[in-house]
Amino acid sequence: MSSVLSEIKKDYMKSLLKTGKREDGRGFDDMRALKIELGMANKAEGSCFVQMGDTKVIAGVKCETGAPFPDTPNQGVFTTNTELIPMASPDFEAGPPREDSIELARIVDRGIRESGAIDFEKLVIKEGELVRVLFVDIHIMDHNGNLIDACGLAAIGALYNTKMPALDEEGMKIEGEFVSLPMKKIPIPCTYAKIADSIIYDPSLEEENVMDSRITATTEDNGNISAMQKGDVGSFKKEEILDIVRRSKVKGDEIRSLLKEKFSEMR
Amino acid sequence: MEKDMKFFIDGKRIDGRAKDELRPIKIEVGVLKRADGSSYIEWGDNKIYCAVYGPREAYPRFLQKTDRAILKCRYNMASFAVDERKRPGPSRRGVEIGKVTQGALEPALLLENFPKCMIEVNIEVIQASAGTRCAGITAASVALANAGIPMKELVPACAAGKVEDQIVLDLCKEEDNYGQADLPLALLPRKNEFSLLQMDGDLTEDQLEEALELGRKGCLEVFEIQKQALKKKYITEDVLNE
Repeated sequence: MSSVLSEIKKDYMKSLLKTGKREDGRGFDDMRALKIELGMANKAEGSCFVQMGDTKVIAGVKCETGAPFPDTPNQGVFTTNTELIPMASPDFEAGPPREDSIELARIVDRGIRESGAIDFEKLVIKEGELVRVLFVDIHIMDHNGNLIDACGLAAIGALYNTKMPALDEEGMKIEGEFVSLPMKKIPIPCTYAKIADSIIYDPSLEEENVMDSRITATTEDNGNISAMQKGDVGSFKKEEILDIVRRSKVKGDEIRSLLKEKFSEMR
Repeated sequence: MEKDMKFFIDGKRIDGRAKDELRPIKIEVGVLKRADGSSYIEWGDNKIYCAVYGPREAYPRFLQKTDRAILKCRYNMASFAVDERKRPGPSRRGVEIGKVTQGALEPALLLENFPKCMIEVNIEVIQASAGTRCAGITAASVALANAGIPMKELVPACAAGKVEDQIVLDLCKEEDNYGQADLPLALLPRKNEFSLLQMDGDLTEDQLEEALELGRKGCLEVFEIQKQALKKKYITEDVLNE
């Protein structure tokens, strides 16, 4: 039944898109209302709440110390996890992470790791022995489309918000002293959905349900691309990919300056 | 040490290839008896088996789709496939690769021919040396053809990347580990569209365009190798002599 309904819906949305309109009245490059709140979870070293339209996610950063990976003795450890908790959607179930959740976490992880947003070498306490271990856990509270962008923004927001205990050379906490993370860049993920021949930014849940495919492009402060991922079934022409990259740069700059404003308020 | 690594010696890459040259690729078709379709690929130092089962009734039943078959792709790496032993069992990386593999192959298949069924693709990496997801997709596409699954076209895959600010085709292990960017691609040759696209590292817009074009050409070369492998399987010597 649901597949029949979505076929009808898909036709409707396609014909609407041909006239340059989206179902919720947005333009092709319009984002839903974005709200970012920093430091709302006090027990976390850093946290960030992001709302994009009706999609709501919360990211928290916890810091520990531990051994580095044998192949990167001079770098801190960074892991990202997303929890598609049953609260967020009738389709989510409790239990071990599923494909969607793992893909989501890995896209967010790559966007931050590969852009060099964090100076991992500054997270080393004793080379080869002791480093900072960062956990970014992102909880999806309300799934109404485009989780990748919401989670990516929440993660970067929480990292910039992080104040972790200062450590001496032996890795012991220095009471009452806190340091920020060595952040260098603000990578911004922008997700585009392809429905028939139209490519639209920030797909809503309904648009995601009828989309053929999607691409997420993560851009850096200097306009370079640091990560990309095609998701779902479907395929893209070269020109379409380049068009998405161009659009994501413009959008990325817009969101980046918004975040910068937030970060400066914080300090 | 790694950062000062030289990727080019006298204009050649560290393994002696030109910038737009693939590693040697060998594909065999129908190598596993029990599977409905299978293939084995050697791509540089990568060694990968692929088995296809189906179409058969999808289970668990709630996964069944009334209007088409579902495609399940499982990517697994043997514990001995890499230098340091990999913990056996599903990894997060493997799960994600399985998912993007499915996304890359599905647009080429006529799944609507088999409602309520499933087609399973199993990719087993025996030896890994950069580019296993592309090699896996390339092999899987051939195994699907070997299983007689109706398809619109084969799906060749190949990565492009950046080392020392130069765009190169089909990264080898060192280039993958210490290079500047990696862009695995899969191509639908007839449609001329990409069905796998991932990227990490650092690329400018112009470099991305160059890499996409180089990757596309690489995929077309892989496409020829896929076709040759299938022809070799089905054209017997008698036919060739006639």
